[in-house]
Amino acid sequence: MDALILSRLQFAVATFFHFIFVPLTLGLSILVAIMETIYVKTGNEEYLRMAKFWGKIFIINFAVGVVTGITLEFQFGTNWARYSRYVGDIFGSILAIEATLAFFLESTFLAVWIFGWNRLSPKLHCLSIWLVAFASNLSAFWILMANAWMQHPVGYTIRNGRAELTDFLAVVTQPFGFQIYFHTISGAYILAGFVVMGISAYHLLRKQHLAFFTKSFRMGLILALIFSLAEIVQGHIHGAEVAKIQPAKLAAMESLWETQADAPQTLFLIPDVKNERNLLEFGKIPGALSLLAYHSRNATVKGLKDFPKEDRPPVLLTFIAFRVMVGLGFLFALLTLVGWFKRHQLEDSPRYLKIMLYAIPLPYVALQAGWIVTEVGRQPWIVYGLMRTKDAVSPIAASQVGVTLAAFIAVYAALGVVAFYLIAKHVRRGPEPAAAAPGLGEG
Amino acid sequence: MLETIWFLLWGILWAVYFMLDGFDLGLGTLMPVLAKNETERRIVYRVMGPFWDGNEVWLITAGGVTFAAFPTTYAAMFSGLYSALMLILFALIIRGVSFAFRDEVHTPGWKRFWDVCLTIGSFLPALLLGVAFANIFQGLPYDKDFVYQGTLFTLLNPYGIAGGVLFVLLFLVHGSLWLAVKSEGELQARAGKMVSKLWAALLVVAVIFLLATRRQTFLYDNYTANPVLFLIPLLAVLALIATRLFIAKAAWWKAWFASSTTIVAVTLFGVVGLYPKLLPSSLDPAFSLTIANSSSSPLTLKIMLVVALTFVPLVIAYQVWVHYLFRHKSTAEDLEEGEIY
Repeated sequence: MDALILSRLQFAVATFFHFIFVPLTLGLSILVAIMETIYVKTGNEEYLRMAKFWGKIFIINFAVGVVTGITLEFQFGTNWARYSRYVGDIFGSILAIEATLAFFLESTFLAVWIFGWNRLSPKLHCLSIWLVAFASNLSAFWILMANAWMQHPVGYTIRNGRAELTDFLAVVTQPFGFQIYFHTISGAYILAGFVVMGISAYHLLRKQHLAFFTKSFRMGLILALIFSLAEIVQGHIHGAEVAKIQPAKLAAMESLWETQADAPQTLFLIPDVKNERNLLEFGKIPGALSLLAYHSRNATVKGLKDFPKEDRPPVLLTFIAFRVMVGLGFLFALLTLVGWFKRHQLEDSPRYLKIMLYAIPLPYVALQAGWIVTEVGRQPWIVYGLMRTKDAVSPIAASQVGVTLAAFIAVYAALGVVAFYLIAKHVRRGPEPAAAAPGLGEG
Repeated sequence: MLETIWFLLWGILWAVYFMLDGFDLGLGTLMPVLAKNETERRIVYRVMGPFWDGNEVWLITAGGVTFAAFPTTYAAMFSGLYSALMLILFALIIRGVSFAFRDEVHTPGWKRFWDVCLTIGSFLPALLLGVAFANIFQGLPYDKDFVYQGTLFTLLNPYGIAGGVLFVLLFLVHGSLWLAVKSEGELQARAGKMVSKLWAALLVVAVIFLLATRRQTFLYDNYTANPVLFLIPLLAVLALIATRLFIAKAAWWKAWFASSTTIVAVTLFGVVGLYPKLLPSSLDPAFSLTIANSSSSPLTLKIMLVVALTFVPLVIAYQVWVHYLFRHKSTAEDLEEGEIY
């Protein structure tokens, strides 16, 4: 294996692992902030205990998210030096802005929140977690705008043998970037909602801390419900944008080989990449793909065969990941809708609670699948239409990359095991017992 | 002009990073020596707890600014110093999580494991950052395409190692002073005693390094051309001496500030000597990366300047406020306070 393929694997390992931990922090920080706000407003100690219980899970996730995030910033330089040199004028500045505007705020005020319980007024303390939540989501904005530029480069010109910035606002306000942002953030909120619901279900099934976890469950439910429904609508709009901006990706997502007007949406098929066709197609809805992608049955959807082979993304992976993501997306909407009607009798719905407990991994799978569609579907480009991935890698020895790839896998695996062990341990132990004050908590 | 401003900001960012993370890297390295029991170890963690992550973001920012303002340098530096940077990275990873994980399980073996991670994870970056910067001062084998022609072992030459030892000692002094500022009683006394010895070692290494710099690098060229610049190394020397004087008086805050000044001045001494090069080539001076051949476009530099001048002061303001908020000394009683780490 050469430095290119090893670097791609290394980047995949680093980003996937990073994104196991980050999405939970995006949504959970907001839930914790809401919990603490309710406590500050009402004085109900139960919400304080909720903020602390869920806050702990946030902290463990955050710690792993931080240390694995540094890896990514380093990797652009270590493994993708040609890329960095070619697009640093634009891409590098967005990363630097992210650190300055968001990451400082997030890291500094999380420490204030953790260590400041007895040193700040409740209001100021609550403000610190809101700042953390705001900064986490702001950080995601900049990172995703940087990614959006790789998907759809705008506001630049090729000068001095590289991409140079010509329009900063075009880069940081491009509509496709907002699509990516809302899509990813919604996914992250769904994940946070499902994790909170799943963990709450664990305790509700055991009939312990009932009031505490019923409240928690409902908060997770509302978050996940809103964004599951929004994600379906937005996902559709997003898909239509992909059709316009990255037609090869859309063709791979659908495994559509022939260019056609009135293109059907096929519910089930097996791509046969070697022979450039699909096997076992059934459930064709005539015209549906044209309608979904271009809002007109007559619209022509370009098939893979009309892209030169060297410009096609890996079809099978993109196709499967897309189906998994969409399928799960609809499942999340279904599960949260069911939850909405059961919200007042959660304790009496053991089967639903059990499903929600075992559903915890699903949004993780959906988010990773979504990133596979985004990143694998962008191939063979590192910057769509502008720079190929194979031209982006550093002039380094494959052995260096191989050794560090092995080290990443080992260290990250260990880190993942430890983090999930600690979270599971914390979850099983449950919230701290309520203070002796009468009438508070459920004992 | 813009390139020069960014070159200076680039140097200042690294200097601030070394000054801030320096104390927790140093203290993390020294913990096994300074803390004798579990309570003391927890105090050592506690005096770093609210600050270390905010400090480390300065590294992210310094790296990010290298990427944004001098992308060609960023590309050549990070890919060239691949193995050293990866070691720093792994060290920072195990160190970062040790803060969050250590007190989650209450068995001695678990805690000892994360303590070892903290120490290794603090020592390695201190050493390797010093090695890397000394080698940058000295010049690295970059060819005409800015491709690094050496290995990890190219870096481990006597001058590079001297730079590594210098950084380690600077950070050890800085870290023990921080503990002296933030603790009381026996722990403070031990930190105070330790720092006197460390200071003597630092003095010796600093003198050797300054002399070797004259022999090994071109850094003094800028100084002989503009003698007024000698104020920077002079400040480093004076601050180093002041550190010792304040240590003798047990004026820990002042000693810590003097030590901060030393670190900043030493870094700026190197950076100003480098100007206008960011990454000198040892193969041929013409292959060096400079502000002229590696900087971003004027538009990017302008936008970044606006961002930096608006937000960095804000960052400094709230980080200073955090220091004010957590200005108290950490004691055994302090550990019982309700926090959720």
